[in-house]
Amino acid sequence: MKPLFTKGPSMASRVVGLGFVALLLILLNTYTDYLTPLRSKLGVVATPFYWLADLPNRVVLWSQDAFVSRNDLQAENAALKEELLIHKRKLQTMAALAAENVRLRQLLNSAEMIQDRVLVAELIGVSPDPLSHIVIVNRGREDGVYVGQPLLDASGLMGQVVEVSAYTSRVMLITDASHALPVQVNRNGVRAVAEGTGDLYSLNLRHVSATVDIRQGDLLVSSGLGQRFPVGYPVAEVVSVIHDPGKPFVTVVARPRAHMNRSRHVLLVFSESGPLAPAAPAETGVAKQP
Amino acid sequence: MIEAVWGNRWMMLASVLLALLLAVYPLPGVGPWMRPEFVVLLAIYWVMVLPQAAGPGLIWLVGLFQDVVEGAVLGQHAFALVVIAYICQLSYQRLRNYALWQQAGLVFVLVGIHQLLGNWVYSLSGGTSKSLLFLLPAFTSALCWPLLVVGMNRLRFHYRLL
Repeated sequence: MKPLFTKGPSMASRVVGLGFVALLLILLNTYTDYLTPLRSKLGVVATPFYWLADLPNRVVLWSQDAFVSRNDLQAENAALKEELLIHKRKLQTMAALAAENVRLRQLLNSAEMIQDRVLVAELIGVSPDPLSHIVIVNRGREDGVYVGQPLLDASGLMGQVVEVSAYTSRVMLITDASHALPVQVNRNGVRAVAEGTGDLYSLNLRHVSATVDIRQGDLLVSSGLGQRFPVGYPVAEVVSVIHDPGKPFVTVVARPRAHMNRSRHVLLVFSESGPLAPAAPAETGVAKQP
Repeated sequence: MIEAVWGNRWMMLASVLLALLLAVYPLPGVGPWMRPEFVVLLAIYWVMVLPQAAGPGLIWLVGLFQDVVEGAVLGQHAFALVVIAYICQLSYQRLRNYALWQQAGLVFVLVGIHQLLGNWVYSLSGGTSKSLLFLLPAFTSALCWPLLVVGMNRLRFHYRLL
């Protein structure tokens, strides 16, 4: 007998239909990038949640600023002035060094180093998924942020933008298990690929052969290969090099220089290869062949 | 009567928004590993008390909204929530008659299903979880269930919606 008081399709068929649509969305999202524009548009609705979740944090920071004693402020001011003086002294020699660098590069016929433009951003949230290292910063499409843009903190490279919405963007840290970036040893220019491990305090170097000159304490800087990250920003410091005769490669573990879980103020770098300032390949291009 | 219907709708909306806020609230250290899944708990609660109002379509939309807010794969939470909502729709009469701790047992299983589906989606994109730690929220959610039910019931009683 037909039920009298049902309207529309039955519960089971509705659930099957909705489940099917959800599955379709999952598959589209995982295997294609048709949904990327939609996601970046929808990302706006997430902004108020992160803003609200960040509110207690901002209140604490504000109160630290507002209820600080005069003595503490004076001491902080003095310390900052001293620090500024030290940095200024370093910069004085930098000007001469930069000019020298340009001259030498001209002698070598290689491309000039270009000053990167930066944008200060603030970290306002962390992805709730414990398996991914993704943070949310308070700059978005309105500020010119683009996918693939590098993010720095005061001491090193932090990550790259993976999704941009109108006022916020999501940044994948270099320690995420699915992230890898090309680096070189600052001491001798040996190149390698540093991959994230899912641990905030370590990176692994991939495929380092046993004969490569790499030591504990070496500084790894971004090599600029892969055209994603600008050249020469500090990435990590090698903490251990383990030669295991049973393995084809050396196990090299490095500790990221950036404070992944502590930095609140970060810098977004507009590098030369970004979509905002497309480089003219013919002029700044590669060295002439002899 | 009409007022109660609208009151319950407002209550649903407010509770879900609060749950989404808690879902993205940054937690230190091992916190993210054991964050209770408040959205799932609320879905179970609302299907249990108002099975007609909290239909699968509405819960699917809530799941999609959660995906957007959390930046997860689109459809991940929508899929898991609709599965859970269906199980609850089939068994809400039984669920209502259980004691709180028995309900918590069922909630443990349901949130476990939610976590398993989430992990399956994670593995689709090539990830592998090295341990069963992703099931920990099921445990914490089950612990939160009695609190949530007592709190929500008291709130609805206060506003004469019960």
